[in-house]
Amino acid sequence: MHPILGQLRRLIAYLLSWLPLSAMLVYLLAVPGGLTWAEAFALGIPLCLLYGFMCLSAWYSCRSTPLDRAGALQVAFTHLLGAIVVSGIWILAAKALAHELSAFSAFNGLEPRLSKNLPLLFGTGILLYLLAVAFFYVLLAVQQSQEAKEREMKAGVLARDAELRALKAQVNPHFLFNSLNSISALTSSDPAKAREMCILLGDFLRRTLGLGEKAAIPLEEELSLISSFLAVEKVRFGARIQMEENIDKDALDVFVPPLLLQPLVENAVVHGISNLIEGGSIKLEIHSRNGTLSIVVENSFDPDSPPRRRGGVGLANVRQRLATRHGNLATFDVKTEGDRYRVAITMPADRPGHSS
Amino acid sequence: MTQPTEKKFRAVIVDDEELARQVLREFLTAHPEIEIAAECANGFEAVKSVTELKPDLVFLDVQMPKLDGFEVLELIGTNAAVVFVTAHDNYAIRAFEVHAVDYLLKPFGCDRFEAALTRAKERLSSAASAATSPTAHPAPSPSDLAATARPPAQYLDRIPVRDGTRVFIIPIAKLDYAEAQDDYIALCSESKKHLKQQTISSLESALDPSRFLRIHRSYIVNLERVARIEPYGKDSHVAVLHNGTQLPVSRAGYARLREFLDR
Repeated sequence: MHPILGQLRRLIAYLLSWLPLSAMLVYLLAVPGGLTWAEAFALGIPLCLLYGFMCLSAWYSCRSTPLDRAGALQVAFTHLLGAIVVSGIWILAAKALAHELSAFSAFNGLEPRLSKNLPLLFGTGILLYLLAVAFFYVLLAVQQSQEAKEREMKAGVLARDAELRALKAQVNPHFLFNSLNSISALTSSDPAKAREMCILLGDFLRRTLGLGEKAAIPLEEELSLISSFLAVEKVRFGARIQMEENIDKDALDVFVPPLLLQPLVENAVVHGISNLIEGGSIKLEIHSRNGTLSIVVENSFDPDSPPRRRGGVGLANVRQRLATRHGNLATFDVKTEGDRYRVAITMPADRPGHSS
Repeated sequence: MTQPTEKKFRAVIVDDEELARQVLREFLTAHPEIEIAAECANGFEAVKSVTELKPDLVFLDVQMPKLDGFEVLELIGTNAAVVFVTAHDNYAIRAFEVHAVDYLLKPFGCDRFEAALTRAKERLSSAASAATSPTAHPAPSPSDLAATARPPAQYLDRIPVRDGTRVFIIPIAKLDYAEAQDDYIALCSESKKHLKQQTISSLESALDPSRFLRIHRSYIVNLERVARIEPYGKDSHVAVLHNGTQLPVSRAGYARLREFLDR
């Protein structure tokens, strides 16, 4: 697509830049050319604007002979040939215009006087065309560097996406090892329960692996992933985990990034419940109002318990993914009040089914 | 004693998960020479049981409510052979630095458990003979070991102390100053003193140097508590804390303090 013809604003700016050139042309026709000022104006200005349009064709020859790939001879030959052809057509147009103007009494005898000036006009035409060639080469270079920048940015976004996918698909290995240890305990004392836990764990792993590929899933799917995670943890922690849920039914079909909430619930278990001798509760509240999805994950924790390293990685990951996807439209807040730890998220309630 | 052939060992199992304790219990049933003296589900219980029961062998989880395994070990001393049992492999080096006998990674099988038990018994029998030999060196205190085993570039954020079977936790922000007293240090917090068996140098190295300063051979002070420094006698000084306590400042300590205050 032509960079100047394609946009009206650019075309106007381009033609305006030809105005000083047309002043020059008028001067050339009047002073060395020996035309009257009136004749020079009447001929020079329309001719110059016309030439402005004609020089736009230089873009195509510039693009087909790129400086970095075409040889110097090819470049010189192409553009000289272009200049001769375009300038030639231009002086024919000038003769035709002079012929038309001669019909007016004020411009009597213009045609033969112009004919003397045709070599001058032809030379000017060639120079102006070559000027246009130079201009389009600069434009091409600018366009190429912009495209390269865009490609670089796109590559950056893709790389980050890949990184996030890898993070999403990551199951906390300690969760796995501890669960396997529980299974190991159950194999002799309660084989049926051991089998049940194998199935729960397999169920959770299968869901997690499948989700890493997807960009967004219905909230309902994320919640069922969380319940299979909690089912495994309940075998380990027994009655120490209490779950409270308050979830709007109409929020279930909102789409969310996969594994957005599971790390929050996992944190609540690892950093909250597992440090409490008597255990505690995890509260999950989800509402969808006026196109906004609000999610609160709250859990009890022991402010006096030993701090655990590795904390915050999951939170940072969730925060970053929200920011990448929704920018300023999403919020992420962490608060502690007494022995309650609270993560609150708001984000646009996307429902792909409704928008398409 | 009805079994004169083999010495009976007493073991304590510490893990907050019932099923994890169950695995150890099950593997131990094959060893009648080992008696399970207690099972504990958190750090406080562990310190209490081990202090009261003085077991030979402790199976210790790392991540637990109240105190982690390393803090427990710091408080119970090294008389018992300690086997760490955890799903985290990243504590192994630290575990051996505090002289753990072995480090079992969950989930573990019977063979691996037997190997750990054999090592523990070897340690116990060599410790018994070493204790009676006259050349025995005094072992470094567990807190000193813990201080050197601390991950680098991470300063303490709390100090567990034990008084009998009770455990107190001093958050570092509430520590006013520490004073060396023979083999012990007295940790002063909220106008109470807690004694702990540790050298003042190892405590100093475990504290954040931007918050705590050694102002004297025997004193480390929390810089936030210092109200002013007054001359004392001919060419020595005292640091006056906000609560009015006066601590001696040595000449080197005064230079360090000046350097800090001028910054």
